Order: sequence, then C-alpha cells, then structure tokens
Amino acid sequence: MLAIFYISSAVAVLATLMTITRRNAIHALLYLIVSLLAIAIDFYLMGAPFVAALELIIYAGAIMVLFVFVVMMLNIGEQASETEREWLRPRSWVGPGLLAVVLLVEVASLLSLRGTGERTGADVIASKQVGIALFGPYVIGVELSSLLLTAGLVGAYHLGRKVASKEGEIRDIDTAGSRAVARDSTVSAGPGRTSHAA
Amino acid sequence: MLATVLFLLGLAGLLTRRNLIFTLMCVEIMLNASGLAFVAAGARWGQVDGQIMFLFILTMAAAEVSVGLALVLQFHLKHPTLDADAASEMKG
Repeated sequence: MLAIFYISSAVAVLATLMTITRRNAIHALLYLIVSLLAIAIDFYLMGAPFVAALELIIYAGAIMVLFVFVVMMLNIGEQASETEREWLRPRSWVGPGLLAVVLLVEVASLLSLRGTGERTGADVIASKQVGIALFGPYVIGVELSSLLLTAGLVGAYHLGRKVASKEGEIRDIDTAGSRAVARDSTVSAGPGRTSHAA
Repeated sequence: MLATVLFLLGLAGLLTRRNLIFTLMCVEIMLNASGLAFVAAGARWGQVDGQIMFLFILTMAAAEVSVGLALVLQFHLKHPTLDADAASEMKG
C-alpha cells in the first residue's frame, strides 16, 4: 500500500512538472488531468474515498472540461488542421498515456488487494461522517459556499454577456461560446451542491 | 511533503509562465496541493475537518476558475494574445 502511495505521488509530481513546462496548452492539460488522477488515488489511500470521488468528478471532470473548452475556443480557425495532424502523432499523447497506464495498474492492484483486507494504516473516514459534520458544525460554511457559487455563476455570465452589447454581431460566435462557459459553470456548481447534499 | 512539492511547482509555474491559461492552471495546482495538505492532516489525526476544508476549497476553485476563464475570454477578445504583460495599460 505504501509503495502504491509513493508511486502515485511520484506520478503526480512528474505530471505536474510536465504541466508547467509544456508549451502547448492542450498537452499541459493532459498532464494536469493525469496529476489530478494520481492525487485522487492518494486521497483514496489516505482513507478518504469520498474526497477521491469528488476530486475525480469535479476537478478532473468539470473544471478540466472548462479549460479544454476555453483553449479550443481561443485558437479556433488559426491552424486547426495543423493542430489536428499534430495530435494524431503519438508523440503528443504517449507521455500522459504512459503515466495513466501506471495509475491504471495501481487501481487494478488495489482492487485485487481489497479482498485481503489490507489497508494503508489510516482509518477510513466514510462519507456519512463527512455529511454529518458538514451539516452539523459547518452548516454556515455550506451557506457561504452556496453564496460563493451563485456569485461565480452571475459573474461568469455577466463577463460573457458584456461583449454582446458592446461589439455587435461580429462577436456573436464568441459570445455563444462564453454563454456556454457560463452554463458550464452551473454544471460545475451542480456537483458541488449535490456533494454537500450527499 | 508531496503537498509542499506540488505547491512549490505550482508557484514556480505561476512565477515563470506568462500565458494566462497556464497561470490559471498553476493556481489550480496550488489549490489542489493545499487541499491535499488538509486531507493528509485530517487522515493523520482521524478527523473529518480536513475533508470538509477540502470540499470548501473545491467549491472555491470551481467558482474561481469559471470567473477566471470568463475573464480570459474577455481579455482575448480585447487583445489577440494571451500574454499577461499585454494587460499593462492600467499603469498610472
């Protein structure tokens, strides 16, 4: 178990290092997703399966989708076909793919080890305890974070809309994209709220 | 340990890169590292508070990244680049 923890930690550090040194934003995003997956495995090994699931769903799901969306919207039409040809070369995806295969092997070994009952030493804190504490002493924090999410939603929508009134129909495609971003932020806010309800 | 290394990597990226998308990604890395520190402390002492703090950090990161990416889009419409140094017309 400890070996698995250290391996996934090394994968996380390596992927983060590759993230901040890439020049292409999409490559950096691939490495960042691998880093988040490795950290999720670390969370699971530290006895926090609920947080690991949330890390997967919200960080690696919703937030990364937002990033990919914006990156694809920003360099639309510039050198799209060239980029497409670039992505099909194995050089661009073999690095994150290798790291993800390491993580997959770790998950498979964890699943096979699970029957033996061997754990990592830390006590498992179940999601039931988290929910009880969240709506017991921390209920004001839940209210405040719902306020924060509403403010973020309104802010993103407002920033996306202001272009339409100022610039006219030329920016129509771009505003549609920003509206989609604002809508996507509700998507990323949705799991946050359900996580509090869970 | 791991949280410190990840936080320092995110900080180094934030200080060196000038692309706005990379800046946002490095902020994400740093938030994630602090959440990792919280969860590790919670697991060390067997308390649920660490996980709850991670939930709040997650919520804040979601709100922050949506607003930040909307700002990036707005910036990109104004200047056709993503260089953060181009946003210097506000100097007095």
